[in-house]
Formats: sequence, C-alpha cells, structure tokens
Amino acid sequence: MNKTALTSRGEEILSAANVARWDLGTDFHDSIIESIYEDASRIAKKTVRQLGEKEAYSFDLKIDKIVTSKWLGFPLMFLLLTVVFWLTVAGANYPSGLLASLLIDTVHPALKNLAASINMPWWLDGVLIDGAYLSMAWVISVMLPPMAIFFPIFTLLEDLGYLPRVAFNMDNLFRKAGAHGKQALTMSMGFGCNAAGVVAARVIDSPRERLIAIITNNFSLCNGRWPTQILIATIFIGGLVPAQIAGIISAGAVVAIALLGIFFSLVVSWVLSRSVLKGEASSFSLELPPYRPPRILQTLYTSLIDRTIIVLWRAVVFAIPAGIIIWLVANIHIGELSLAEHFIQWSNPFAVIFGLNGVILLAYIIAIPANEIVIPTVLMLTVLSTKLSGIGAGSGVMFEMDSIADTANVLYAGGWTLLTGINLMLFSLLHNPCSTTIMTIFRETKSVKWTLVSTFLPIVLGLIVTFFTTQIWFMVHGS
Amino acid sequence: MKTTNNCANCPAHNKANLIKLGINLENVDYVITMAGNPNTGKSTVFNNLTGLRQHTGNWPGKTVSRAEGGYIYNKKRYKVVDLPGTYSLLSTSTDEEVARDFILFGQPDVTVIVVDATRLERNLNLVLQILELTDRAVLCVNLMDEARRNNLEIDIRGLSKELGIPVIPASARRKQGMDELLQAIEDVATGRYVCKPPKIKSRSKKLNHAIETLSEKILEIFPGLPNVHWVAMRLLEGDNGIIEAVRSGELGNLHEEDLTIQN
Repeated sequence: MNKTALTSRGEEILSAANVARWDLGTDFHDSIIESIYEDASRIAKKTVRQLGEKEAYSFDLKIDKIVTSKWLGFPLMFLLLTVVFWLTVAGANYPSGLLASLLIDTVHPALKNLAASINMPWWLDGVLIDGAYLSMAWVISVMLPPMAIFFPIFTLLEDLGYLPRVAFNMDNLFRKAGAHGKQALTMSMGFGCNAAGVVAARVIDSPRERLIAIITNNFSLCNGRWPTQILIATIFIGGLVPAQIAGIISAGAVVAIALLGIFFSLVVSWVLSRSVLKGEASSFSLELPPYRPPRILQTLYTSLIDRTIIVLWRAVVFAIPAGIIIWLVANIHIGELSLAEHFIQWSNPFAVIFGLNGVILLAYIIAIPANEIVIPTVLMLTVLSTKLSGIGAGSGVMFEMDSIADTANVLYAGGWTLLTGINLMLFSLLHNPCSTTIMTIFRETKSVKWTLVSTFLPIVLGLIVTFFTTQIWFMVHGS
Repeated sequence: MKTTNNCANCPAHNKANLIKLGINLENVDYVITMAGNPNTGKSTVFNNLTGLRQHTGNWPGKTVSRAEGGYIYNKKRYKVVDLPGTYSLLSTSTDEEVARDFILFGQPDVTVIVVDATRLERNLNLVLQILELTDRAVLCVNLMDEARRNNLEIDIRGLSKELGIPVIPASARRKQGMDELLQAIEDVATGRYVCKPPKIKSRSKKLNHAIETLSEKILEIFPGLPNVHWVAMRLLEGDNGIIEAVRSGELGNLHEEDLTIQN
C-alpha cells in the first residue's frame, strides 16, 4: 500500500472515530476513567482484608505530623543536617591523616626513589609523580573519609523516606517563589551531584519550571564541594572556639552555607519567574511514601559502591590531568617567574577586592572539571607562591600534610585570614558548575543561552556576595 | 522465606538457573518490561533480576529515563527494561508517554507490573490500564513485608483469578519472591501460561460497541495491529498523538519496525 492511499484510509478511520464520538456524548472520557476506578475498587474489596489495626500506618502518620509540622518541620531538618555534618567532621579527621601519611609520606618517597633508580628524566618524574600521583593521593586522602561517612548516612535518610518530607516542607516556599514544588526534590538530588540534579529536573513537566530548577540546581552544595566546606569550616570557624565544641560549630557553619544555598535557590527562582521566565507555578501531587526500615548493610554497600567510589573515581580521573597542569604552570617559567606566579600576582589585586586571593582564582580555573580538587590545588599553589620552606619538595609538588593543623599552618602562612576562609566558603557555594554539570545542562536544555546563564549567573552572584562581605568586614574591623 | 525447605523440590526454586547479565544485552530471546506506580520498588526488583545496582531510593520519581539490563534464566536470555513509575497511562506527562509508548510499540514479551501491597486499590488502576494495552503480563505484589506490618491480608489467588494473569507476592528488598517471579515471567514468555485479562466490566454497552466497530475498521488498514482496542479508545477520546500516528501511517510502521528488531 503506498503512502497516499494509506493516508486517505487513515482519514477514513479518523472520521469514523469522530462520528462515534458524537454518539457517545461528552462525559465519555470521564466514564472511561470511572469504569477503571470502579473495577479497581471492586477487585481490591474482594482481595484485600484489613486484619485488626493498621499499626504501622498510624505510626507513620504520627511521625509525619512531627517532621512535617509547621513549627517543628524546619528546625528538625536543620538539626538533622547539623548532626550529619558533625558526624562527618568528627569522624573524618583521623582516617584522613592516616591515608595522607600512607599515600603521601610513604608511597610518594618510595615512588621518587624508584624513579631515581631507573634514571627517569626529571620532567617526567615531575609530571607523573609530583603532579599526577600526588594530586590523586591528595584527592583520596582529603575526600574519601568524609564521603565514606556522609554518603551512607545520607542514603540511610533517603531510604528511610525522609527526603520526600523535606520536599513537602519546602514545597510551599518553592511555590511562593514561582517554581515547581518538585524542585525541592531536584535540589535534594543536587546535594549529591549537580549533574544528577539537573537530569532529575526531567520530573518537572512545565519547561519554564524545569529551566528554573536546572539553573538553580548549582546552589545545592554538591559532594565535590562538601569536603572544601568541611575543611575550611574546621580550620577557620572551628578554630575560633574551644576544641570541645569546635566540631559542632564547624558543622553549624557548613549547614549555614547549605542554607544560604537554598536561600539563593529560592531568590533566584523568584527573580527568574518574575522576569525572563514568567509564569504561574503549576500544582502537582506529592506522595509521601511510607517509612521503610532501611536495610543498613545493603545501604552501606550500595552507597559505598554507587556514590563514594564512583565520585572518588571521577575525582581521581580529573585530578591526574589537573595535577599535571599544576606541575606545568608551576615549572614553566617566563622570565623570573613561573606561569602560575605570573597569574597569581596579576590577579591578586583584583581578587583582594573580593576578599579572596590570586591562588583561589587560579585554583578555581584549574578545577573547572571537578570541584573536588579545589583544596589540593589551593594548597599547592599557596606553598608555591609563598615559597614556604620546610614544607613540600619544590615547585609544583603537592606536599605531605599529616593533619588538618598542617593544612591550617600553610593557609595562615599564605596570608589567609578568617575573612579569606569565609569568602572561600561563599565562593565555593556561588561559582560556576563543574564542566560535567555544564555539559549536562546543555544536553538537557539544548540551549547555549541557558547553559551560559546557568554557568555565569552563580559566578556573578558569588562575586557580588564576596565583595559585600569583604567591604562590610573592613567597615566593621577597619582595614 | 520461612517455607523454603518445603519448596526445595518445586521448579520455582531453581535459582541456580539464574545468571545475571548486567548490561550485556546481545541476542536476547525475550524482552520484558517493568511498569508500576512510583515508589513501589520496581528498581529494586530490576536490580534483583539483572544484578545491576541502579540506585534506588525511597521516593517517587527516582527513575527518570528507562534503564535496561538483562539476565539468563533456564538458558533463555532476557532483556529487562525498567520504566519510570507512573500513576496512570491516561494523561500526557513525559513519564507516562515513555511508559505507554514502550508497552504499546516496544511490544515486550512480558510486562511485569510491580504494585505496592499496602496501596493495592490505587495501584490496580494502573494495572487495569496496562492490561488494556497488553495481556502478556505478570503482577508482582511487592512490599508484602510492609503489608504484613500493616496487618493487611491479600488474596493472591483471588487476585490472579480476577486479573487473569500470574500474581506473585514479593518483598524485593529482602529478595523474597524473586524465584517465583522469574518462573512466572518464563511461563508467560513461552506461552505456557496464557493470560486472560478480563474486559473492564463497568463499561457501557454503547461504548463497547463503538470500540468494536472502530477496531474492525483499524484492523482492515493495519492488519495484525496489537492493542487495537486501546488504539480505538484513544481515537474516540481524540488523543492527538495517536491521531497523528494514524494519519501518517506511522501506527503500522512502528509495529512492523519493532517486529523486525525482535525477530
């Protein structure tokens, strides 16, 4: 049958359908649905029997009354978040030091000796062992312990059924901001990984609201940024208070930054939905699933495999080339200074306006592929630019550091203050998404324009926020 | 499972015959798909069958695109397609379209419908809608452990009789009921179990007549089209996607393409 014949016969079917539709009357669509519902209810009545009380169900309701209550919902949420981070901060320090002393203090010199014994050229030895290997070792020792604690706890909360309650609590705020209530869910996903959060925005049907969810997902601190936040908070905020409460105060500071992220998510959604992405919020129904007792061992296993190892692997994959680049910019000299020093000196006056420094800016450029390597890069560049003696083995070498205290010493020696720490935390929240997320945004939106907006909007915001923080700081403290 | 020992001789307990294939999907004998409401544990069942560790979470909307995996059971290769959870196949959200199109045009050999035992009535709405699209289906009543916790008793045999398809009680998170599910899938795939889902009973005579008449007309032009009743009903409702597919002749093509892929 050729195509035209087929088409005309297709029209025949359609006109027959049209005629029949007139016969059936207007309520016929509803009656189709109703008949299905009637049958479903009839079958259920026949086959399901309630014996005694719905104990678990009423228990669920009782918990829900508390965790989604108007007054207790939010405080409980913050408390829970704080406890999670406190456990992470408190638990990660020791294993971090252990890993660092193994990978950096023991394996690194061994590799250097091996390279020397086979007469490896100095530049190859530098690129591979001081660049690629050390940055990888750094990422593992800085990131693995907090992730191995944070992810399983987060996954347990997720399996328990707490996340939809968070979405339920947040729904009202998002709707007031003109965004879709499900954005609370994509935002929660973003706390794991922004690229995943951007993909998850597919659950939002309206293109307008979906775009808002995609653009604002970067305001959810992702797992690449949690370690930065935790480390800097421990050094600069935890350092302000007595040791007994340092852990909980640092955790509180990280939660404050995460909340600030949620705040920006709401404000930016509000502005977008009243300007370039005008429209009403659409309604939807969110089912609160029953609480399910998490399967602890299985969760530990899958969160280790699914999240920790995969995220770590990604970090390592990106850390290796970044390590090579760091080594190169630190060792290729133009005139007296290396490329890195040129950039740092050139950008420093500009960075100081924002309470940052040239090192941080360069680190954020090198770390575009993965936020995970910001801290290692910052440390390495700090040592390089301040020419600290006694630490590290020379230009572009990521040095040994046994504890958070050593990290702190390097940063203080590099001229860092509490202000620098706070601004780095703010900038870590408010800067461009990593390259994976940028690519994902482009794939999901198919639009260069919105990809650029999603990339540069957070940087502009970050610069504005750090600028005002710095100016206010100087006003209060005098410069 | 408490009764394992008593059942050791039952053919359903030959887990040794299960080889999880992960994403190795070459030369499959059967294509099965998993559908169901959100948050009923589809992904967990999927993981149990395929050995993949697609991330599962206790919240609706976790599976956004379809995931694929495979396994070998009794020397036959199965490909499993996990669809996003939907509440119905009636409205036109992206999720529902993905699910509907796959069941309709992907022509799976077996559709495994996963339902939440504690919310059976609501879940049955989707089950009935799916059974209008395909009759080769297996119902997996998941979260039986939750149902017990809620003091719910479910008449599995009665349910199977009402729906005309195999019904398997399961607690996928505890890996209970998976052997029986595999067996039921095989039975339907090989045609050993012939599914006979009932027509929706509460429908008016007038409507049934209109559907029949239109179906005959459609079959004249697209002979051998499966789910013809469903297509007829959507046309009566004025579903734009289906109208377009009829007008362009795509309705027949889609069907043929899928057949050639499978054979």
